Amino acid sequence: MADLLPEHPDFLWRNPDPKKSYEAVIVGGGGHGLATAYYLAKNHGMTNIAILERGWLAGGNMARNTTIIRSNYLWDESAGIYEKSLKLWEQLPEELDYDFLFSQRGVLNLAHTLQDVRESQRRVNANVLNGVDAEWLDPQQVKEVCPIINIGDDIRYPVMGGTYQPRAGIAKHDHVAWAFARKADEMGVDIIQNCEVTGIERVGNQVVGVQTTRGPIATEKVALAVAGDSSGLAKLAGVRLPIQTHPLQALVSELFEPVHPTVVMSNHVHVYVSQAHKGELVMGAGIDSYNGYGQRGGFHVIEEQLAAAVELFPIFARAHLLRTWGGNVDVTLDASPVVSKTEVQGLYVNCGWGTGGFKGTPGAGFTYAHTIANDEPHPLNAPFALDRFETGHLIDEHGAAAVAH
Amino acid sequence: MLLIHCPHCGPRDETEFHYGGQAHVAYPEDPYALSDREWAEYLFYRDNDRGAFAERWSHAAGCRKWFNAVRDTATYEFTAIYPMGSPRPAAGASATTEGGAR
Repeated sequence: MADLLPEHPDFLWRNPDPKKSYEAVIVGGGGHGLATAYYLAKNHGMTNIAILERGWLAGGNMARNTTIIRSNYLWDESAGIYEKSLKLWEQLPEELDYDFLFSQRGVLNLAHTLQDVRESQRRVNANVLNGVDAEWLDPQQVKEVCPIINIGDDIRYPVMGGTYQPRAGIAKHDHVAWAFARKADEMGVDIIQNCEVTGIERVGNQVVGVQTTRGPIATEKVALAVAGDSSGLAKLAGVRLPIQTHPLQALVSELFEPVHPTVVMSNHVHVYVSQAHKGELVMGAGIDSYNGYGQRGGFHVIEEQLAAAVELFPIFARAHLLRTWGGNVDVTLDASPVVSKTEVQGLYVNCGWGTGGFKGTPGAGFTYAHTIANDEPHPLNAPFALDRFETGHLIDEHGAAAVAH
Repeated sequence: MLLIHCPHCGPRDETEFHYGGQAHVAYPEDPYALSDREWAEYLFYRDNDRGAFAERWSHAAGCRKWFNAVRDTATYEFTAIYPMGSPRPAAGASATTEGGAR
């Protein structure tokens, strides 16, 4: 049998052994870590760097998310970083020379109550002022964008309209990771898998290296990009973060012919749905309530989102659930991320992206790389520094981005 | 779904409960004496450990009473249930103490 197997396709990156020292070390080989390495090498000429990944590349939340990309956030600070991210998404397939199926099929955020309608229209106006494409659609227009939505008034939460961002969409998450990994590797970045960071060494207040399961590595810059494990890693350097780790679940149906042309999100009935290129209906909802690192949650959360989905899309009643899974997401109290220097010199954190980190992958990488290279905030991530919890300049996206991030 | 032992009503489904986050976070004795950093700690910074975690739950759809619990955040297993105002029990205490499964 063995002689019938095809040749292994070309590897997209090397698997080097760790060197004794690097100019900078990124902890976490997920989307954000890979994008950060890519932009450090490309924009800042830092190629003597390594990504240390405990498991395998892009095997954490990058493998578990529902791949929604959008930038229709309420506040100026959020619009800044998420719109930058979306603009980067639009150029990345060509720049990375990799077709990762970025599909700008638009996103509908439905409104089901008068309060939803007012908030949505306010957000559309804020988006337009910030140069983010957005429009308000009445129920009939919603139906034209997505014909399978039930806009009847005989359901518990009728669709009273929705916001529409045509440039939003989805992308194939693992291909995104491979695209970044290949380019970063080509520029000399060492991607080191199966290498867990077990300690962060300091001399005084300066980072001088990391301890790993594959030996010590000297470096004066350690940049965390580890999502749900951020608190634990930062603690190794004596830094406390305003993060709570929660389970977040998602699910897919079996494969179907294309029936769902866009992305639909509903904060009020608590579900978001798109259809992957392969044909699965991909759905998610909010986090499980309790702190958890188990990468699993309760089935009642799945039941609730399916109930909401079936009411909005009656044809889904005939679909079968194929698979559910969970990840560990890092949640902040204002539902906005942290991209920041820390009180320890040479320790940087990119965390708190919570339930919506995938869309921020390029924007996080682009601005985080600037912060690491120059040891100062980028104009777009400055509002997302840790000190906002002391100054009170919170970026409260709970109302605007709400559960469906 | 978690099966949670309300100390007053017995074992009930997780959906009857409301989660209250980390337990034993006391209101500062003199809030005016705190620096901005210390006030931020009180408002926004909570422990986020993997493993045993002391937290609060409220039996919102039952007796509506609050209680404390120690639960493992990796396995989700409850190892202790104890009243509000009591100190965290030493490791090894049983989930059925304090009338958890009454």
